Amino acid sequence: MLTDTIHPTEGECFLNGVSTRRDRTTALAGAGVLIESPEIHPSLTPREALQMVADLRGVPGAEWRARIDTTLEEVRMSDWADQEVGRFSKGMKQRIHIAAALLHDPTVVLLDEPSSGLDPRGMAEVRSILRDLRRAHRLIFMSGHILSEVTDVCDEVALLDRGRLLFCDTLPNVIARFTPTQRAVDVTLARPLAGEALAGSIGRLPVVIAVRPRDARRLRRTSDGGIDDEERLLRALVGLDIGMAGFAAPESALEEVYLSQISRGE
Amino acid sequence: MSSASATVSERTAVPSAFRPPPSLPQIVKLARYQLREFLRTRRFVAMIGIVLAVGLILTAVTAHYRGGLVADPIAFYGTAWAAAVGYLIVLTAILFGGDAIAGEFQNKTGYFLMGLPVRRSTVYLGKYLAVYAAAATALLAYLALVVANGAYYFGVHAVPWQLGISVLLALLYLAAVVGVTFVFSSLFKTSAYGFVLTAVLLLFGFSLLQDYVSILVHGEPWMILTYAAGTVGSVFGGTVNWGWSGSWVLMHGEIEKNVVVKIYTVAGVAEGVAIMLGYVALTAAAGLWLFGREEFS
Repeated sequence: MLTDTIHPTEGECFLNGVSTRRDRTTALAGAGVLIESPEIHPSLTPREALQMVADLRGVPGAEWRARIDTTLEEVRMSDWADQEVGRFSKGMKQRIHIAAALLHDPTVVLLDEPSSGLDPRGMAEVRSILRDLRRAHRLIFMSGHILSEVTDVCDEVALLDRGRLLFCDTLPNVIARFTPTQRAVDVTLARPLAGEALAGSIGRLPVVIAVRPRDARRLRRTSDGGIDDEERLLRALVGLDIGMAGFAAPESALEEVYLSQISRGE
Repeated sequence: MSSASATVSERTAVPSAFRPPPSLPQIVKLARYQLREFLRTRRFVAMIGIVLAVGLILTAVTAHYRGGLVADPIAFYGTAWAAAVGYLIVLTAILFGGDAIAGEFQNKTGYFLMGLPVRRSTVYLGKYLAVYAAAATALLAYLALVVANGAYYFGVHAVPWQLGISVLLALLYLAAVVGVTFVFSSLFKTSAYGFVLTAVLLLFGFSLLQDYVSILVHGEPWMILTYAAGTVGSVFGGTVNWGWSGSWVLMHGEIEKNVVVKIYTVAGVAEGVAIMLGYVALTAAAGLWLFGREEFS
């Protein structure tokens, strides 16, 4: 909606105080945008694609070369500047899109799931660039489902559940606010267990507030007890004789918060 | 995000150092890049190949049979240019325009453009101009072959003025056909629908409708684009109908026993121009409206 690619059922989006629906040209003039994993016409080279972007954004011709070279350097694509985009991997294309978003030195960079659809190498490349942008004090407004990436890049987070804003705060505040009383643990089982059995047996344990199967042998258990309750819970789980094989905190604290808030909403 | 402690809402946006150009220059710039892309594609090479093949067949047939074809310049240009150009127009328009808008959704290239400070109408019109220029290039290549043949048989100075009028009408017809193609391309997010519907409508559908309107309704099919396109060839006729109503023939009992039916065959030139301009305007309005509503989801 910030780029007017989908239309709101009601309300308006503003970028730098300008409605994107009423005047998307002015609204997007100061923004650099990357929407998921777009494609560039395959016969263009990165330099040509960025020339087009510069041309349409009103960057003076005299500045093109220096800006394009600098931006390609920033996304580590200088060596491929004059090769056709059609032969590139998704990760390489994504880096060019990031370069296109940065070319005019935007006041805000809008990233919509920037590593969506990339292979692990591509994801690593994009995340590395995002970390560099953060270090360079670029203002980034990013949406994403990969919460470890959000944790990596963002200082402030807003959590949406089915279009409803659950909260918006700095990342440390969010984690401090939610994690002391709600703790998630990933449990791995040696043998598959039916969902009903999980809800019945684990869900009845004290302080457990939610049990979510992740696959046939893995589940995420959320509790509102403190660290002392974890030992008792672990013993109780072992006592259930359900084939306990693993008991570990999730990798992302934000993911823990996310799941606890979603389960509350349900 | 900045490492500064201020929240997003507390930070003050700095105006961008660059102002995007107005819409018209952006349309031209976008068209230029899109045309450059077209000229590098295999489909452009294929189109030029088709044009060359048709031109070579024309050259071979003319050289072999001669006869009435090279009896006089008007007969030659009326046959060699006007008989083929209608099909070439439809073919080039479909080939370049069939996926011009739908392809932006299907191939996700639109997501790249939609991140730029350009209006949707700018994207639409820029692509329209590029498709038109690419298709016109192919047509002009065919025209060059026809004129080369004509010059061989009749000399360079024997090119009739009717050819100039016919070329202008053909270029107007091309604008209308590209417009129709863009409407279908805007209607669907899948390129194949645009290709097929435009081809069916322009190669068969309009002709059938034209006949139905004449035969069943006994009216002039002024709303049919291919009816107007007949002017591309009719200007080579002995008596050119420059007027605002079409030429017709009376059919005695051929359609219904003992009934005389007036069948309109081709629009008058002024009428044809008006119909084609109408199609350009209406398809532009419809296509822009459809593309403006479509969501990139």
